Amino acid sequence: MTSNLPDPMIPTPFVVHRVKRETSDTYTLDLKGPEAAANFAFAPGQFNMLYAFGAGEAPISISGDPARPETLVHTVRDVGNVTRAICRLKKGERLGVRGPFGAPWPVAQLAGQDVLIIAGGLGLAPLRPALYHLLNHREEYGNVEVIYGARTPKDLLYPKELERWRGRFDLRVHITVDASEGDWRGSVGVVTKIIARARFDPPSTAALVCGPGVMMRFTVQELMSRGLKPEQIYVSMERNMKCGVGLCGHCQWGPFFVCKDGPVFRYDRVRDWFERREV
Amino acid sequence: MDTMEPILAAHPFFKDLAPRYLKLVCECASREQFAPGQMLCRDEEEARKFYVIYHGQVAVEIYRARRGPVTIQTLGDGEALGWLWWQQPYHWHLDARALQLTRVISLDVQCLLTKCDQDHDFGYELMKRYAHHLAVQFRVTKLQLADMYG
Amino acid sequence: MGASTLQVGARVRLAAEDFQQLLEVLSGRGYQLVGPSLEDGQLVYGELARVADLPVGWTTIQEAGTFRLQPREDKALFGYGLGQQSWKQFLWPPHHPLWQIQREAGGWRIIPQAEAVPPYAFIGVRACELAAMAVQDRVFLQGNFVDPTYRARREQAFIVAVNCGPRQPGTCFCVSMGTGPRAATGFDLVLTEVVQGEAHWFLVEVGTARGAKIMGQAPHRAAQPVEIDAADRLTAAAAANMGRVLDTAGIKEMFYDNYEHPRWDEVAARCLTCGNCAMVCPTCFCHTTEDAADLSGVAGERRRRQDVCFTVDFSYLHGGSIRTSPRSRYRQWLTHKLATWIDQFGCSGCVGCGRCITWCPVGIDITEEARAIRETAATPGKE
Repeated sequence: MTSNLPDPMIPTPFVVHRVKRETSDTYTLDLKGPEAAANFAFAPGQFNMLYAFGAGEAPISISGDPARPETLVHTVRDVGNVTRAICRLKKGERLGVRGPFGAPWPVAQLAGQDVLIIAGGLGLAPLRPALYHLLNHREEYGNVEVIYGARTPKDLLYPKELERWRGRFDLRVHITVDASEGDWRGSVGVVTKIIARARFDPPSTAALVCGPGVMMRFTVQELMSRGLKPEQIYVSMERNMKCGVGLCGHCQWGPFFVCKDGPVFRYDRVRDWFERREV
Repeated sequence: MDTMEPILAAHPFFKDLAPRYLKLVCECASREQFAPGQMLCRDEEEARKFYVIYHGQVAVEIYRARRGPVTIQTLGDGEALGWLWWQQPYHWHLDARALQLTRVISLDVQCLLTKCDQDHDFGYELMKRYAHHLAVQFRVTKLQLADMYG
Repeated sequence: MGASTLQVGARVRLAAEDFQQLLEVLSGRGYQLVGPSLEDGQLVYGELARVADLPVGWTTIQEAGTFRLQPREDKALFGYGLGQQSWKQFLWPPHHPLWQIQREAGGWRIIPQAEAVPPYAFIGVRACELAAMAVQDRVFLQGNFVDPTYRARREQAFIVAVNCGPRQPGTCFCVSMGTGPRAATGFDLVLTEVVQGEAHWFLVEVGTARGAKIMGQAPHRAAQPVEIDAADRLTAAAAANMGRVLDTAGIKEMFYDNYEHPRWDEVAARCLTCGNCAMVCPTCFCHTTEDAADLSGVAGERRRRQDVCFTVDFSYLHGGSIRTSPRSRYRQWLTHKLATWIDQFGCSGCVGCGRCITWCPVGIDITEEARAIRETAATPGKE
């Protein structure tokens, strides 16, 4: 998919329409584009380079509904200068956008299959557009299961939405945290453990996985021990990125440029590189 | 006892166990049910039972003075709680609390171990399953230690 | 011999004393001449006004970690090897402003960098350097996204290439990489410099219609077969006199199969991770962007600058870097150059110019590292 915006190297100013605090350090921003970019078409799994005035740019996946392109939604965790500046933006302020970039989750190709959405921590953000797509076209898919792990209950993204999804009859949501205190009534244990609870027919299932590297490695192992083949698993990778268009070289991962060949990769195509260290 | 056998046979811990061995297990088994909030075991108590959970949810907790219990793991259908020990009686070092109505088959550990001693083939079969159970527990614990969402 | 009509592929003779006139035709056409010269004891590429600016009568002695300029016995214009610089500094400036940003009522506005790009004429481009341009063309022009900075410069540039003649063997290995010493394509004009006693002339081959027009206006006459033969012998002699060899058979698989080879630890113990090799490499394209705002917070800018994969920051991701060890960073550079590049762009990232060998402060030799891995490979590279 090509960029919606006139020059892929020049940020287009978007206006912050709403800021919602998700966790202690993570915020969801709703953005409205200028007239020329009022409808920001994107595919689930793609990302934008977000620019905060003077601070710089960071690659952030799009976390909104692809069927509602009039609002561009990003969930951002404050982990450095740029993301901190983005998280501190107030309603009415401007944020620069370049994108959308990257290879998406292949949701349209997965019609007719059971789909497992497996997220760890902030990894739910890039998967949410894929889930929106599945729910928007629910009749085209088999069983859809969301498996979501986070460190503690306070670190879960989109808790109200998780509750709504949990209430649906056409979707099963499994949530687990690594540790909990207080009144958490849900599951405690690593995310790989709850994959066992998902219902799916291995030969016609696809798994979309996004989370920290360790989580993805163990998740892939678990999925394969449950009968999925490498070509049925998709992973989303994360790297340092400066340009977003495959030129700056920072996001190289072996032969791949994560920004243009990824961030979503079919596992069988990257398997050799997945286990290698410091690549 | 008749009704316990199919439950055990369907449980992952005893999956595909030979019927004659399943009978031996049943001889050490009894049904138990825990109401929400009820403890399956407590820190420091002598551990006499191995719980085969087939319905419900159990929180495994560590109690910390001032800050109260922290849940380190929840167990549900198809999982097991407890240790098989030799020689020395073993003491629980964790609390386990039912989070909802929980049904288990509890196995008398001493009874099981006696049968293992009497029939080493049975003992080996049981220990293989137990070793696998421990390996899975360790793996899960190590993953938790990695603090992968950090 | 005034203006004449030349065809692409024509071979003509240009007398050494007429070389100045070729330069004048080019500058008369509005080209900004860029070429090699000596500056503070360094061989650099810079603006060129006259023949005397070239390193006339000098040659270069190069070994791993060593670069020396030495007088020649003749007055050859192009009797030197490569310096540390390459043409990429003109085609893809290592420091380049991208845009300015200005706060205004209700937000801010970006002002794209306006720039006038001079049409360059590059004088004295070697075959390996042409190959390096072709490699960078694949990176900057032939992907989904075309880099406008590079394109603006590249499309206009007039290229006067020079075939290499015999010199003391140095650090280069174009024969192994199939990129030289004869320039086969990618030039407007290509010269072979012939110095035989008192005779000093150039065989000029016309590569493009544009080149034909320029050459047609410079003094020349048709080359005789014996002259063509003399020039060819010089290039052949250069080919037979390479200082280094790199076996490229199955090289991608060889590196892919040997990510954990002990040689990486060995070379990492010597590597200073200074990044010299990447900076002097004519194909290395990695860069970063820097954003800044003025103290008042009213205006800011984004600049782009060359970056090298040898810094820890290069792979920084929140919480830490991917490639923390020197081993992994050297491995990244070398395997990118010789292996992953092939998957990325369909060609090797190495043109065999040898700069990375000459300018490595500890003399690490890319050909030696590749050989060491090949000789003790965990899994031999497949053809």
